[in-house]
Amino acid sequence: MLNLDNLLFVIFPYTVIILAVVVTAQRYFKRGFTYSSLSSQFLEGGELFYGSVPFHIGILGVLAGHLIGFAFPKSVLLFNSVPLRLYILESAALLFGLMCLVGIVNLIVRRQISARVRAVTSPMDVVVLLLLLIQVVLGVYTAIFYRWGSAWYATSAVPYLRSLFTLQPDVAMIAPLPMVVKAHFLNAWVLVAVFGFSRLVHMLVVPIHYLWRPYQLVIWNWNRKRIRGQAPRPRPAPAEVIVPASERPAKTRPAFTR
Amino acid sequence: MDVRLQISMVFHLDKCIGCHTCSIACKNVWTDRKGAEYMWWNNVETKPGTGYPTAWEDQNKYKGGWEQQNGQPDLKMGGRVLRVLNIFHNPYLPKLDDYYEPWTYKYEDLFNAPEGADQPTARPISMVTGKYMNVEAGPNWDDDLGGSPIYAANDPNLEALTEEQRAELFEIERLVFFYLPRICNHCLNAACVAACPSGAIYKRGEDGIVLINQEVCRGWRMCVTACPYKKTFYNWSTGKSEKCILCFPRLETGQAPACFHSCVGRIRYLGALLYDADRLLDAMKVPDDKLVEAQRDLILDPFDREVIAEAMKNGIDERAIEAAQRSPVYKYVKEWNLALPLHAEFRTLPMLFYVPPLLPVMAKSDDGLYDTANKELFSPIEQARLPMEYMARLFSGGNVDLVRYALKKQYAIRLFKRMETVGDIDHATVKRALEQVNTSEEEAEQVYRLTSLPTMDERYVIPPSHREEAMQMLNDDTWAEKGEVGLGFRELPVRGA
Repeated sequence: MLNLDNLLFVIFPYTVIILAVVVTAQRYFKRGFTYSSLSSQFLEGGELFYGSVPFHIGILGVLAGHLIGFAFPKSVLLFNSVPLRLYILESAALLFGLMCLVGIVNLIVRRQISARVRAVTSPMDVVVLLLLLIQVVLGVYTAIFYRWGSAWYATSAVPYLRSLFTLQPDVAMIAPLPMVVKAHFLNAWVLVAVFGFSRLVHMLVVPIHYLWRPYQLVIWNWNRKRIRGQAPRPRPAPAEVIVPASERPAKTRPAFTR
Repeated sequence: MDVRLQISMVFHLDKCIGCHTCSIACKNVWTDRKGAEYMWWNNVETKPGTGYPTAWEDQNKYKGGWEQQNGQPDLKMGGRVLRVLNIFHNPYLPKLDDYYEPWTYKYEDLFNAPEGADQPTARPISMVTGKYMNVEAGPNWDDDLGGSPIYAANDPNLEALTEEQRAELFEIERLVFFYLPRICNHCLNAACVAACPSGAIYKRGEDGIVLINQEVCRGWRMCVTACPYKKTFYNWSTGKSEKCILCFPRLETGQAPACFHSCVGRIRYLGALLYDADRLLDAMKVPDDKLVEAQRDLILDPFDREVIAEAMKNGIDERAIEAAQRSPVYKYVKEWNLALPLHAEFRTLPMLFYVPPLLPVMAKSDDGLYDTANKELFSPIEQARLPMEYMARLFSGGNVDLVRYALKKQYAIRLFKRMETVGDIDHATVKRALEQVNTSEEEAEQVYRLTSLPTMDERYVIPPSHREEAMQMLNDDTWAEKGEVGLGFRELPVRGA
């Protein structure tokens, strides 16, 4: 059955998820150089603090909230059964959302004001900033005017999201939701669509492994101990040298030692 | 004993004429690109001066290098958890204005300006924004003590001097300076490597060159803060950090790096050192004024049978060991104790060594006349115009004895050669001078030859890289790969969206 809801909340999501996965992976393996935070702190480091720090802390909190709700909807509902706990959770979520809002506004203003930062602003940066602004505004608006989102998220959006991931899409649960909330959903899928094409990919390369790796890193381009002290390799007979490319043995990967 | 090989450098400052040819050679080869215009992987500073970036030696501001915390060394910029949290905003990141805003001139105005009463001018335009700008700083703005009251007077190293010494230093009749060419030190205990959250920076096992993998770097900018010498740079266009690569493509083909090759004063020496990686941590833990000696201790005698055996066991090729035996760096650093690391107190174990300059020290001026006659042996050094404490702050972690020894030895060798060539100094005086610095006439002659008359092959003893052996590991069947592209395809360094 093709109606607008199905188009926007089933077909569109599947399309953009596949797009994001394929593009992101292709980019990682073929154009890994383009994975960077693309920090502009070097060009402008003062205003950045009031934009980047609140935005990132806020968005991490908000995303964690969405993820917990998605993973453990029943536990969240159970947690919310005591009103005080609900108020605390909702206030925390709103606080994170407001941090995001303050951060993204500061980041947009900064990018406008600083000539140096404008010099490194790509069209995609503008798109991403605007989409994020819309998303955060919609989210904060929802948090304030459609209260106790932590509760209804678990009973409407989560079943919808889970239905998508279990390949049994069902928009029935979100069909009656208000336009603002639906716009929030839709804009989220638009963000997924631009993910692989934008600097958003930097979130995939967050350096968590730094916490446990040793400080110093030495890389040998080749294993000296193995190659020296080996008997000389037997040279193949001349007849074997001229082999069509298709029949050659598969190459082995270079032996890097880390 | 874990014997490793390090390509290491010596800069003989007495020979540096401050011509910046090295900087230009490097700029033309490596950093003449968008986002890298402001970078000078090789730069030449005037000392006293604030250098590039401005006041880089002031670690209270820049938080570079290591410091001892309860006997355990850690980065001065904080622990690793803090570093991951600071990726959103690095509080100690030097900004573009700490270096300078790169510019060009609008040359076409010289040709296109309409006829008028005034001469057309080419106004400076920023290479970042493309807009008109006022040029207010450059990479060698304080060259030859230009603007001393702003630059030289704010040299962080002057802290080591008394108020009186400082006042004397800036008397116009007594002004003194020397040049300090700087490249990446390719440290044994590199702070940039330790600070990189992505693990993109590494030391090459074969030759100890410190490199940034451009495909792994994510632009978290921690290396820029961590390097106390400010020799890692953030490319604002590609969003990646870059640094001196010691021209490894040249080294691998047996050529000296561009800055070495182009050095007009022939001040630069390059060669291999063997060192004991097992004792690295111990060398880091000694007090500041013992650091240079601890670092010298790490360097192994390439003629020692046991060292050679251990080196071979570690896969170091015998031709590389042979190169280490001929290394001019080994002679200056270990045999002759003439070359000292820059700012050992940053505790990164830098592997670029400097022979402290004798000339600015000994030319003492009385009543406007330069007095080079030596009433007493070593009196020019004892009454140094550039205080010994200043030199010690730069080259020996505050240990005045080491700097004084290096200068006295150079002076003694000068006396020795003057006796030979001019003949106005008697042999007994020279003998006394050489004895005081524990030097034989043979060694004095050797130092003289390597300092004044070295050939290119003596200055640059580059161990063979043996990439052909690496090739053998890449393929099961080397012969089958004949005629194929050896390096594979590399991605263009284009900024991501």
